Amino acid sequence: MMGYENQGFEDAQIYASREEMESLVLDDDDNNNNGNENNPSSRSNGGANGDSIQHQHPLSSALPFAEIPTTDDDDPLLSSSSPQKSPNSFNSFLEPPSYAEAVFRSFDGDHGKQINGHGAVSTSSPSSSSDYLKISVTDPQKEQDLNNSLVPGGNAYMTYLVTTWTNLPEFNGTEFSVRRRFKDVVTLSDRLSDSYRGFFIPLRPDKSVVESQVMQKQEFVEQRRMALEKYLRKLAAHPVIRRSEELRLFLQVHGKLPLMKTTDVASRMLDGAAKLPKQLFGESVVSAAVDPNDVSQPAKGGRDLLRIFKELRQSVTNDWGGTKPPVVEEDKEFLEKRKKLQDFEQELSNVSQQAESLVKAQQDIGETLGQLGLAFVKLTKFESEEAMFNSQKVRAADMKNVATSAVKASRLYRELNAQTVRHLDKLHEYLGVMLAVNNAYSDRSNALLTVQTLLSELATLNARIEKLEAAASKIFGGDRSRVRKIEELKETMRVTDEAKSCAVREYERIKENNKNELERLDKERHDDFFGMLKGFVANQAGYAEKMASVWETVANETSGYAKNC
Amino acid sequence: MITTQRSATGGGGLQSPRSPSSQPPYLTVSVTDPAKMGNGVQAYISYKVITKTNFPDYQGPEKIVIRRYTDFVWLRDRLFEKYKGIFIPPLPEKSTVEKFRFSAEFIEMRRQALDTFVNRIAMHHELQQSEDLRTFLQADELTMERARSQDTGIFKRKPSDLMQIFRDVQSKVSDVVLGKEKPVEETNPEYEKLKRYIFELEDHLAEAQKHAYRLAHHLLMNFEEPLKDYVRAVQSIKGTIAERANAFRQQVELAETIKLKEIDLNKFRLTRSEKMSEAEHEYEELKADGEEATKRFETIVRLMNEEIVRFQDQKTQDMGLAFHEFAKGQARLANGIADAWRSLLPKLEALSSS
Repeated sequence: MMGYENQGFEDAQIYASREEMESLVLDDDDNNNNGNENNPSSRSNGGANGDSIQHQHPLSSALPFAEIPTTDDDDPLLSSSSPQKSPNSFNSFLEPPSYAEAVFRSFDGDHGKQINGHGAVSTSSPSSSSDYLKISVTDPQKEQDLNNSLVPGGNAYMTYLVTTWTNLPEFNGTEFSVRRRFKDVVTLSDRLSDSYRGFFIPLRPDKSVVESQVMQKQEFVEQRRMALEKYLRKLAAHPVIRRSEELRLFLQVHGKLPLMKTTDVASRMLDGAAKLPKQLFGESVVSAAVDPNDVSQPAKGGRDLLRIFKELRQSVTNDWGGTKPPVVEEDKEFLEKRKKLQDFEQELSNVSQQAESLVKAQQDIGETLGQLGLAFVKLTKFESEEAMFNSQKVRAADMKNVATSAVKASRLYRELNAQTVRHLDKLHEYLGVMLAVNNAYSDRSNALLTVQTLLSELATLNARIEKLEAAASKIFGGDRSRVRKIEELKETMRVTDEAKSCAVREYERIKENNKNELERLDKERHDDFFGMLKGFVANQAGYAEKMASVWETVANETSGYAKNC
Repeated sequence: MITTQRSATGGGGLQSPRSPSSQPPYLTVSVTDPAKMGNGVQAYISYKVITKTNFPDYQGPEKIVIRRYTDFVWLRDRLFEKYKGIFIPPLPEKSTVEKFRFSAEFIEMRRQALDTFVNRIAMHHELQQSEDLRTFLQADELTMERARSQDTGIFKRKPSDLMQIFRDVQSKVSDVVLGKEKPVEETNPEYEKLKRYIFELEDHLAEAQKHAYRLAHHLLMNFEEPLKDYVRAVQSIKGTIAERANAFRQQVELAETIKLKEIDLNKFRLTRSEKMSEAEHEYEELKADGEEATKRFETIVRLMNEEIVRFQDQKTQDMGLAFHEFAKGQARLANGIADAWRSLLPKLEALSSS
């Protein structure tokens, strides 16, 4: 679905004594905290295949995460560090990452698969043309809401600079920026939900009003900026939504966002001005002002109250009524797939929890190891300063090596964990995807419910007409009022029937969307999860190798003690 | 099990020219076979102590006795009393947590520590000659029990010890009265340095031990034991330091008392008092005591100097080995992990392309 994305480096919160460990000068091969991990003199070159492997496993992410990028302007949180690749991979085909602060970059950075519209310019994208749509969100600014001048000092809000680079034809231009606020994003999201029913539309970031008061303003703003960027990039990665007019307007049109907040049916572009069939409101006479096409809109609060009420009644009938509803979900394949996805969602949730435990455990180990190492370093420092005997000095020197190894190992654990979080974050991403899927399924069932409701309406109307006709026929000379009534009802039925046809079309359309999206999801899920697993496993193996190497070195250095035993 | 080699310069008292064996003398001990004895609150663990030796005073070549933890404590206390100045090897702690007391893990750890304890004594050129050690290694259980209970009572103290205690209290009181709160201490700068070192060392080790304990659960590496052992050793040394301070103080006080006595004596001589002869007698006694106290103190100093060198060498070896084992274990663990993960990759590869 989406490629791996740059994440904030949540390192700052993980280790309390991080500063201590950082300030520790490891004066053997690594002379600074951000230096290379590989000192050829201290490590045997297992397989020096590092370079050749790069081109083989685009998805294994063994390589990409190993490289430390020189710059990454999308992540102001991350410190840039020395970009050198380790020339000697310790073992096998894995390229273990360097000791440097693990700066993450996009997994599909320069190699292999590049999802369109995501990350850097794609050179070998899977789609036919080389079109791209890259978005970045930067530069938060505080602005005043001048319109609401009731309150002096007004409502202040944050805007963000949304910059787009693209070569898609529907955009006028290849690079442009607009300022948007969070409210605009909410509007965009709502409109997409309306227009793209049945699609797996990525979920927008939360509003989280309360949090903004609790958190430090700066932290919150940064988090929101990142979330917005992530969201827009996901939209841009969706093959259908990226071409949507709503998105284009959002990205390109300066000034006020020309999208209505709620579904103002009158301004809906596809179907033109329309009003809901008055019949769904009540019994009043049909007029041409009613547009049956309105049923292809989801029922929304406020104007559609009566419709919602009727549909609710229908759904209760569906569930509890004795008779089968007129039309049901029959598509077996769909039902099977949905069940599978539900199972998948459950498993995803389980695995996600286990992933959390794993991350926590790794963090624990790393911390403890680091603290032990630090304690030893202090001890050796003390010993060498207070040494009165030569044996002490010797011991202090040897101990120091072990101590610094422990600190090194601890840093490795920290890196490993950060990488693990990144890999396994895919799981969380998919949990979000599942929410989008559920939304799409809701769209479908809502549309079905509308159809069912209309069918029930038709049946009811029909019954009434028949009753009236039967009654009228008994009266000699006809019943003027009844006849008029029958005429009205027949007209109502006609319109309702049209609405029903509309609703059925909409339902079918949504079904089709569901189907296509499911196919797309299946494929992407397959690729993504294998990529994630491979990356995760390679990561674990790589770091284990690195740690083994560190310990082997110091074990060799202290092997003299074993012989004396 | 560690074999002792008697050096030519070490106390060679036990090597008799008429010794039947042409082998060099050896004394090896092992503590094995922990077994639970008794029931309920009085339950305890007993150990088999196997001694293999050709020392003349010992029943050789092999003797097995049954001992419990308190017997080891007895031995340690006796050695501490008798061999002031020597760093007596430390004992593992008593377990305060009831349910842990009989866990297999704890019992094994304790057994190992006790084994190390006895062997260190057997290896020490002075301590190995101790009679108490011989009692411990050879006496039958009944004798052992009697010896043990005897010493834990108040009868442990000999009359001269009681006098000493009395004098200690006396001097402390007079110090407080005279406003001399600070105890009398040596002013040897090197020794000061050593004392400071020992105290600080304990802190550092305690800190390291804390983390090693946590790590044990994660990485299955028991680095905690060697550290604990080191800490105990340091604590034992602190005990010896205290003993030395005691001896020093006694010597100083006696010297003062002697001086005062001398003044009195001279007074008596001048006045030709009948108390003179008694005073002379007391004076001579005090001088003898003083000499003894001085000798005791000097022995401690000498022994301590030797001991500190031995201790440092020993510790270097012990810790070096512990670190080595730790590093080796870590490397092994990490390699195992790497292998396990690596083996998954080809399978993943196969699946993903299907």
